[in-house]
Amino acid sequence: VKDSMRGLAVFISDIRNCKSKEAEEKRINKELANIRSKFKGDKALDGYQKKKYVCKLLFIFLLGNDIDFGHMEAVNLLNSNKYTEKQIGYLFISVLISENNELMRLVQQNLKNDLASRNPVHVNLALECIANIGSKEMAEMFAPEIPKLLVMGDAGDTVKQSAALCLLKLFRTAPEMVPIGDWTSRVIHLLNDQHMGVVTAAVSLIEALVKRNPDDFKGCVSLSISRLARIVTSSYTDLQDYTYYFVPAPWLSVKLLRLLQNYPPPEDTTVRNRLAECLETILNKAVEPPKSKKVQHSNAKNAVLFEAISLIIHMDSDPSLLVRACSQLGQFLSNRETNLRYLALESMCLLATSEFSHDAVKRHQETVVTALKSERDVSVRQRAVDLLYAMCDRSNAEEIVGEMLTYLETADYSIRGELVLKIAILAEKYASDYTWYVDTILNLIRLAGDFVSEEVWYRVIQIVINREDVQAYAAKTVFEALEAPACHENMVKVGGYILGEFGNLIAGDARSSPSTQFQLLHGKFHLCSPPTRALLLSAYIKLVNLFPEIREDIIAVLESDANLRNSNVEIQQRASEYLSLARNSTQDVLATVLEEMPPFPERESSILAQLRKKKPAVEDAIRARGEKQQQRPASGAADGAAASAAPTAATPTSGGGGGVKLQGDIAGAESNTDSDLLGLDFGGSAPAAAAGGGGAGGGSVDLLSSILDVGVSSSSSSSAAPSAASGASAQRKTVVVGAGASGSIVGEENWHKFVCKNSGVLYENDILQVGVKCDYQQSSGRIVVYYGNKTPAPLAQFASVINLPDSSLTNQLGIQVKPVGDRVGASEQVNEVITVDCMAEFSACPLLNIRFVYSGVAQSITLKLPLTINKFMQSSEMDSATFFQHWKQLSQPEQECQKIFQAKFPMDAETTKTKILGFGFSLLSNIDSNPANFVGAGIVQTKSGNIGSLFRLEPNQQAQMYRLTVHSIKPGVSKRLCELLETQI
Amino acid sequence: MMHYMLLFSRQGKLRLQKWYTSHSEKAKKKIIRDVMTMVLARKPKMCAFIEWKDLKIVYKRYASLYFCCGIEQQDNELLCLEIIHRYVELLDKYFGSVCELDIIFNFERAYFMLDEFMLAGEVQETSKKNVLKAIAAQDLLQEECDEPKSLLEELGVISTGLE
Repeated sequence: VKDSMRGLAVFISDIRNCKSKEAEEKRINKELANIRSKFKGDKALDGYQKKKYVCKLLFIFLLGNDIDFGHMEAVNLLNSNKYTEKQIGYLFISVLISENNELMRLVQQNLKNDLASRNPVHVNLALECIANIGSKEMAEMFAPEIPKLLVMGDAGDTVKQSAALCLLKLFRTAPEMVPIGDWTSRVIHLLNDQHMGVVTAAVSLIEALVKRNPDDFKGCVSLSISRLARIVTSSYTDLQDYTYYFVPAPWLSVKLLRLLQNYPPPEDTTVRNRLAECLETILNKAVEPPKSKKVQHSNAKNAVLFEAISLIIHMDSDPSLLVRACSQLGQFLSNRETNLRYLALESMCLLATSEFSHDAVKRHQETVVTALKSERDVSVRQRAVDLLYAMCDRSNAEEIVGEMLTYLETADYSIRGELVLKIAILAEKYASDYTWYVDTILNLIRLAGDFVSEEVWYRVIQIVINREDVQAYAAKTVFEALEAPACHENMVKVGGYILGEFGNLIAGDARSSPSTQFQLLHGKFHLCSPPTRALLLSAYIKLVNLFPEIREDIIAVLESDANLRNSNVEIQQRASEYLSLARNSTQDVLATVLEEMPPFPERESSILAQLRKKKPAVEDAIRARGEKQQQRPASGAADGAAASAAPTAATPTSGGGGGVKLQGDIAGAESNTDSDLLGLDFGGSAPAAAAGGGGAGGGSVDLLSSILDVGVSSSSSSSAAPSAASGASAQRKTVVVGAGASGSIVGEENWHKFVCKNSGVLYENDILQVGVKCDYQQSSGRIVVYYGNKTPAPLAQFASVINLPDSSLTNQLGIQVKPVGDRVGASEQVNEVITVDCMAEFSACPLLNIRFVYSGVAQSITLKLPLTINKFMQSSEMDSATFFQHWKQLSQPEQECQKIFQAKFPMDAETTKTKILGFGFSLLSNIDSNPANFVGAGIVQTKSGNIGSLFRLEPNQQAQMYRLTVHSIKPGVSKRLCELLETQI
Repeated sequence: MMHYMLLFSRQGKLRLQKWYTSHSEKAKKKIIRDVMTMVLARKPKMCAFIEWKDLKIVYKRYASLYFCCGIEQQDNELLCLEIIHRYVELLDKYFGSVCELDIIFNFERAYFMLDEFMLAGEVQETSKKNVLKAIAAQDLLQEECDEPKSLLEELGVISTGLE
């Protein structure tokens, strides 16, 4: 190592010798002061000194301190003719200068010079810097140049490599800036390059391009396969330095195998066979004795193997390969390397979703169960749970659920919640005997009550309500469960609900007589939280109907001060209403109001939704397999989630008068959980609404309010649901859905402010601030939405959806969203990047729906996205003759739009000018004979063509009015521009 | 695609951070803190892969240093372990049996080396020979134009590496 800086080494030693954090801080501050004074001092610093100080700053920064000076000196270093100084300058800039620093222009000039250098080392340095920063501006400036370096014959290999990855970076930043078309085929042919390093770099670029444009790059499939074939059949000596621990070119092999996962299996038989041979060779090598004992050898070899298996699973077409892959993974399950066991469990999960290999996976059940019991690393156990879940079907469900329940008792807290969901789903999905299902869920509550979410216990109630054959059993079992000295509150909830509905079915047994049932429930009452107490009150009133003989006992409870005067209004209200219902109603009225619940509408299990939220990919794959199986007549058996078994009591019970509260307890809370967000097909509205309607006579006044609540919240959430799934492929949480706005729109006033400007606050309430910053280039735009959490608590289940209220918008705008995480921490701000392509003129406005849970309450906010047609307009200058010529050309009645309106703001000429310019029009002087009038022009740019537009605005100061005339090639555009501008002046 | 690579010591001191996706300084600090805490708490023999947020964390310990990468769901974990290993080999060859101190005192070299090996979060050149050749070409340029030679040699802070 040749060059070193003494001052830097001394400084680093000093820092290392500091005994305390304070001492270190002191030393750093001293150094910062020193450097600052050197930089500011009169004495000119030479390059070496500058380099040394810049390097020190870098070191200080890397220790975790903020650096706010030295940028200029670093940029100066770029001009140095000494390579080492230049290099440090670039390093500092790559690490420390933000994209929008004003020095960037200078940096880019330097980059340009170095790119043009004859010395490849300089060119590489520049390429690496561009790749490290990769800003949009850089994309604009360099993306058109770099392809030349990549495909030009005389550029050196190292330059080609850096150029490929540099271009990849710019493509990720701003795909529209990278011109692909002209050099597509030459880029594809880089796969044939003699230099393995060039191919290795180029494949990454090609994969990114393929994802964007698979058809144009189809040619890469056969080339990749031939390249792969050459690698896998080569002996490890052939590839010299590209062989890694006796494995030929593992990096390149993996990249090629990845690339192929973007396409379906090749159609051409020769090509397909060739690929199959490659994959077989890789599988064969897996069973050969290792060429080295080093872990590097086995890692590299298995990396290729796992990638090959991924491709086999992706193609899902060759049963023999799938089964071989499965047996290979099976061997890894008992390997002594934890990493391999982990990966084998993970890959097998996917194999379990293929109908060809599902049965082969099932053969390993015992090993997986052992893993669940004996693995020491929780993340491996987690994978075992996932795999058991994936391999579960009707034949092994009872066994697997049993194992999972056993594991639940000792499972890590971190995975209990998910485990509970999985058990609940499997039990429901594969129950042939519903007493088993009820037992399983009650066991869940017993073993891990805290982790049983609302969805789970709602579900067991829905199923019991819908299945007559299990009601008596459920009542008996839950009664027994409540007899335990201590039982979880969730058990009390389920118990209250079920005994309230079906207590009569077990009342014949002296051990569970009416009054025993009531006493048993009431014994838990005082230990429960208010919501549970409220639920129990509803259960009591239902018992009054079932068992008139205990009416007085219940009246005593309802009229006790503890309830009738409870500080919780919900309890108080229920107590007083139920009291008058119990006291004053005839048995007939009671029987009508408190009738048994009608069956719940059929729909997808909400717990499944809950799980899908956690593991979207696997869950979907598993579901897909389920559907496939159902389509095949052979597997016949109606798979059906339990509840989808035919509703037992099909008769709609007496106009649905029976929905007393209990139903509200379930449904009301349910719509709060937001489980519909992922676009589940929640057919009808929540059950209570269905049951509600009648409201029945008697004293059930409060029902109305609860039904209303439920009705409103559930309808707003279900309207967001349809078709969300279609957009969900790439983006997980943030999806763009077609049609169907949800909720009412807020913050319109602020939206108007964005017509003429591009950043500011779009919406703000006590919890959330939504800021927006946009920039537009021709027909594309980038909207960054900033969500700021104003509270000291996190916002959970955070998600945003873009709704297109008008279906035509789907063709007019191409919207892509880079989603935010599902949580906004306390006082944290996150941003979401929305990129928009204007395909054609549009006038409707996309909506942004934001949902989250704040301190347990689901919130939903719908805003108009500040995206209007004028954003894609570029002002256009022209002389008077041209203006009038265009004006005349565009004067068909539908091309002209004129409005006369009252001024909305003070009629100040300067302000108006600013607004017009902000709106996107130019201001042309010396055209209108009246200097008080404004005229100008603009071109709306869309992917389907440019739309020239002209305007004239005539103020009338006396009347405080304007006359606005817009001419445009497209009729809709003149109208929309007119409307928009009208609101601004 | 790799999102970041972090090097830190067992004592939790960060030695190198390389980001392939852009984050605010605040966000970076949080990621560093969280990842470090998580990885340092791992016991030996545990799986070297951790699912964390939307990424997979792959880590490996060499003596007192942890090398830790954040990669995407579809990336290959085992190969990422070998990315780490190859990088360590490169450093080792360059510094001559590398230790934590080499990386502390020559952090800029560690960065230069990484840029030759990986770019834009993807592996650029896997041949050890070629990477070291590129670095040697850079060093050669330095020699040609460095003047205060005598001063530097006299100090002799470090002098191993390539011939």
